[in-house]
Formats: sequence, C-alpha cells, structure tokens
Amino acid sequence: MSAHGSTPQKTPRWIPILAWVIAILVFFPIFWMALTSFKTETEAISTPPSLFFTPTMENYNDVFDRSNYARFVWNSIAVSFGSTLLALAFAIPAAYAMAFFPTKRTPSTLLWMLSTKMMPPVGVLIPMYLLFKTLGLLDTVTGLLIIYTLINLPIVVWMLYTYFKDVPGEILEAGRVDGATPMQELFLLLLPLAVPGIASTGLLSVILSWNEAFWSLNLTSSQGAPLTAFIASFSSPQGLFWAKLSAASLMAIAPILVVGWMSQRQLVSGLTFGAVK
Amino acid sequence: MKLRKSAILIAALSVTAAVQAATTVTIGTVNNGDMVIMQKLSKQFEEQNPDIKLDWVVLEENVLRQRLTTDIATKSGQFDIATVGTYEVPIWAKQGWLMPLENLPADYAVDDILKSVRDGLSYEGKLYAAPFYAESSMLFYRKDLFEKAGITMPEQSTWDNVKQWAEKLTDKKAEVYGICLRGKPGWGENFAFLSTMINTYGGQWFDMNWQPTIDTPEWKAAIGDYVELLNKYGPPGAAANGFNENLTLFANGKCAMWIDATVAAGLLYNPKQSKVSDKVGFAQAPIAKTPKGAHWLWAWTLAIPQSSDAKDAAKKFVLWATSKPYIQLVGEKEGWASVPPGTRTSTYENPKYLEAAPFAKPVLAAINSADPTDQTLNPRPYVGIQYVGIPEFQAIGTQVGQTIAAVLTGKTPLDQGLKAAQAATARTMAQAGYGKK
Repeated sequence: MSAHGSTPQKTPRWIPILAWVIAILVFFPIFWMALTSFKTETEAISTPPSLFFTPTMENYNDVFDRSNYARFVWNSIAVSFGSTLLALAFAIPAAYAMAFFPTKRTPSTLLWMLSTKMMPPVGVLIPMYLLFKTLGLLDTVTGLLIIYTLINLPIVVWMLYTYFKDVPGEILEAGRVDGATPMQELFLLLLPLAVPGIASTGLLSVILSWNEAFWSLNLTSSQGAPLTAFIASFSSPQGLFWAKLSAASLMAIAPILVVGWMSQRQLVSGLTFGAVK
Repeated sequence: MKLRKSAILIAALSVTAAVQAATTVTIGTVNNGDMVIMQKLSKQFEEQNPDIKLDWVVLEENVLRQRLTTDIATKSGQFDIATVGTYEVPIWAKQGWLMPLENLPADYAVDDILKSVRDGLSYEGKLYAAPFYAESSMLFYRKDLFEKAGITMPEQSTWDNVKQWAEKLTDKKAEVYGICLRGKPGWGENFAFLSTMINTYGGQWFDMNWQPTIDTPEWKAAIGDYVELLNKYGPPGAAANGFNENLTLFANGKCAMWIDATVAAGLLYNPKQSKVSDKVGFAQAPIAKTPKGAHWLWAWTLAIPQSSDAKDAAKKFVLWATSKPYIQLVGEKEGWASVPPGTRTSTYENPKYLEAAPFAKPVLAAINSADPTDQTLNPRPYVGIQYVGIPEFQAIGTQVGQTIAAVLTGKTPLDQGLKAAQAATARTMAQAGYGKK
C-alpha cells in the first residue's frame, strides 16, 4: 500500500506514546465505570472524586436482587449470536453471487440494500409495533432475532462482498475446471479462504446486536428483553443510582468484552497468516 | 417410601398447576427510590396472592412514556399496570385508555388521599389512577451558610430575597454557588421549574383564546431573573443540570439554595446520600407578584390500561401498593423517613413519620396549596401548574425549553428567544386547531 514501497526502519518515538495515550483515553471510561461500581452512592457522586475507598459489593447484590440477570444475558446471547448466524446464512450466498457473478445491476442493488439503513428507525416504529402485535412477536426473542437479522444484513453483505472481492477469481476458476459444483466451490474453496473476513464480520454483527437499544427497548418488555433493557432499568430521573448503574453496565458488557478479547487473538492471527492479499 | 414419593409428586404437580394458573401482571414503571422499595416489598403481595405473579419492566421516564403511549394507543396489552404522572392521567382518561377506579373497598379510604392529588388524577369526577407518591416543589437551603451570613429564612421568601441572598452566599473560590436551578431543556426538566416561576411573576402559557403569552413583560421578567441568577451566582454549566445533577451538587455542599421537587428532601436528609444531611433547611418556594402557582404538583401513579387482560389482578395490586397498610409496611421495614410522601392525610398525622421526617410539614403545605385548576394571576383555559394539560404540551414545552436554554448559555438574546418561542408555539397551536371558533 505504501507509496514508497518500503516501511520506515525506525518508528518515531512519539508513535507508541501516542498509541498509549489514545488507548488510555479510550479505556478510561470503562475503568472509571468499573471503579464506580464498587463505591457507595455517596462516594460515587463526591467531588473531587474519591480514588481510595473501601470497595463494596452492595451494588452488585442490589442489582442481582432486583432483576433476573440470567434471563437478560441469555436473551442477549440468543439474539446477538442467533441473528448473526442467520445474517451470515443469508449474506454468504448473496455476497458470493455479487462478487463473482456480477450483473450490471449489482452496484445499484448493493446501494439499495444499504439505503434501508439510512432511514431513522423511529420513523417505522409504529408500523413495526403493529406488525409485531399482529404476529404475536412483541416481547419475544424470536421477534428481536428477526429484526436484528434484517438490520445487520446489509452491513454483513457489504463486508463479505468486499472480502470476497479480494479472493482471486482464478482459484475458484481452477476449482471449476476441476469439476467443482457451485456448492463445492463456495464451501470448499471460498469459505476457507475468507474465514478471517467472515469471522470479523460475524463479530461486528454480534457487537452491533448486543448493543442495539432502540428496538429492544421498544419491542420487548420482560420475557424477551436483552441486556440493554436491563441497563435502562437502572437509569433514574429522580435519585442517585450511579454506582448501581455502573454495576449493571459492567455486568452487561462483561460477556461481550470476554468474547471480544478471546476472539481478538484468533482474529489478529487469522488476518496476519490466513488472509489472501 | 413409595407413598412419600407419590406425595412429593402430587405436591410438585400441584405447584406446577398453581404456577400455570397464576395471572401475570406486567407493571411498567420508573426507577426511583420509592419504586425500588415497592418492588422489594411486593414479594409480600405475591406471597399473600399466590395466584398473581408480578413482572416488572423498569425504564427511564421518557422511554417509559413512549413505550406506554405506543402500547396503549395500539391496544397491544403489554402492560397491566402503567406508572403515569398527573400530566397523562386526565389526557389518557379522556381518550378512554384507562380503567376508572370505581367501587373501591371502604378500608382503602379513598378520602384519605390528599384532595389536590385526587383532583389531579380525576377526569369528569371519576378517579383514574391511584397515587403512589406525590410531590410539590420547595426551597432547600443550607442552614449553616445562612447563619454565617446572618440571614434568617422567613416563612415565605420572595424572588427579590433570593436574588440578594444568592449574591451574598456565592463564594466561587470555595465552589459554593448561591443558587442551583434546573437548566436542562425539556418540558419536565427546566420548564417544570420555569412554569412555576412564570406563574408567580404573573405570567401564564396561554390566554383564554389559546393564544400563547410568551412575549409578555411577565415572561421577560421571570426568565430575565432566572438567567441573571444562574449566570451570576449559579454553578458552571448550569444549562446541562437537571434534577439529579443539582441533587449531586447540593449533596456535595456546592449550593446554598436550590428550588426543586420536594422528593429531594428525603434524599438530602439521608446521611447515606448527602454530605449536608445535618445542615439542610426546608422552606416554601419563593413568590413574586402572586403566590399562585409558585410550586408545582406532580404524582407518580399506578393506572390500569383498558387494554389489559388482567384488570382484576392489576386492581388488586394497585390498591395494595397505594393503601394505608402499605405505607405502614414501608415505615416498619425501611424506616419512616422512606415512606412514599404526599399521598395520604393519615401519613401526615402519623407521629412516627413526623418525627422521622422534619420536612413533612412544609411538603404537606406545598402540596395542599397546589390546586392545579387555579394557579395563574389571570384566568386561563387549561389545568396544570408546571405544565399545560393538553397533549401538545410535551412538544411545546420541550421546544421552548431548548430556546430558553440557548438564552441561558448566551447563544440567543432574551428578547429574540421569547419572540421565537412565541412564534413557534403559536404555529404549533394553530396546526393543532386551537383558538378556532
């Protein structure tokens, strides 16, 4: 990519420092949230903020007492992973077709798919609500699964399309010459080559679904509600719930943070060694 | 052995049957101290009523309002009990969305509910919601700072007093600000407070022909004083402060005075939440030209949507959670200072409560004098003190709130802001068809 075709011999000293500063800045809110979750409510609001304090588990106990955390976590896992698998199942054949057998309408089809993301969701809230009501999908995991799949589908198709475009067509052609069926071509040749791309697309889709708050707050209430609804229940118009809100938020992001960390290594190694460039 | 096994089996089966037969009551509510206590104590209700299972949906106030409106307007029946405020109850009752609370048992003692609150929750003489807690607004002040400055707080202060005191008490070096007030824009945020200030300055939202009266001298005087007070003696960044932010500031000893919801009294008086619990004083909200409308009335209530399919079970819970025995239960389990305030006369006659809550008397006085039907100097066509009881007000109040926030930060000059607010409000009202003969 480099215009000069070579990488500089020595990285300037300020680059790692800058990287550290940015990393700390980005991580600081999460660190502060974690710290606040172990404070009492008075310590949480005190100015100047107290850095040294006796940690308490009171907030976590309260949060556990008040809500069914396990149900929220299960719903979040079900909708985010379920919708990602569904979206991939639809998007892989679509992206394959568009990347390797483009027609003159392919570019405008891609743009049209993306255009569905351009409308603010609140504009279709009432029709969606009525549709969900009629179909009996209000407050169900199935309902969220469907809507998240549809929301993420355009992005997933776009990302996979760009990854598939990077795979040299000659490899697939060689397979075809050797008598591979389109199915074999897709599953035995293309997918193994595009694993890192599919993994990062999947991870992005999981994270987007995990954090989606508009539809989950509007279409679910208790049985189908994911962790975003769990956090929302601790924000308060009157009274101080900062420490409890921090505890709830940490509990809500913990699972996805762990998944992110774990898959990060695989992703990086996958991208470094497996990518076809 | 066999007998025991089958007994266990039968017991297990009957438990399953009972669970299956239980009616689920879904309650949509907000997150605040009183609601948290209600949720905790409601386990007792479930024990007493094994055929009813409670399902709680706790949401942020604005999200809840939007959820409930969508659900009830589309008759989806997701909620069996809705937590709604005094603003919504008459509007929703008029739409036929709420079930009237009729044929209440004698031991519920509906007459024990404070009259101004009951009136606020009634439509055409029928009660549509039961108050869970009610609040007015009052002046909180720091007794120690007042004493140090040689000021005695009178029974009823005026806005002129407040201006002088704020100047005297501000010590920016020590980060003590003379006055803290709401600045965050929104009909339930800055305009909950500002409407009361405008009322007592002799202004109002609309005249008898539903024409807005925003660019009048009364509004200008009230908003002018508000902007001056906050800019000269208020905390930095006041335009972003709502109830919680000011509560935090006061609890940390940064405000000498604060005018806001009476519910803050209990929070500021609680040493677990406030560093000034032993120094906080309580007084009536200040007045200017007229004592009318100087403090607001708000109640969080439990109402049953017509779309609910578990109305009987829902009513049972509503009556339980707003009853005298419930207040007694909170007093015994959580301490008397924590009982839901502002709903029942009997609470204010209870010596245990009066002893535990020194703010009880001023709160009761404020609520009693807050009659939502007569709160402006001149006649007006609407009900409500800090709001106008029409569906359009949420949008209007928030839009004007944003304009005034821009005046507060100095982005818009006062006259220009009031003119713009007047024009925008007139437009909205004309579109909604008000003022047509």
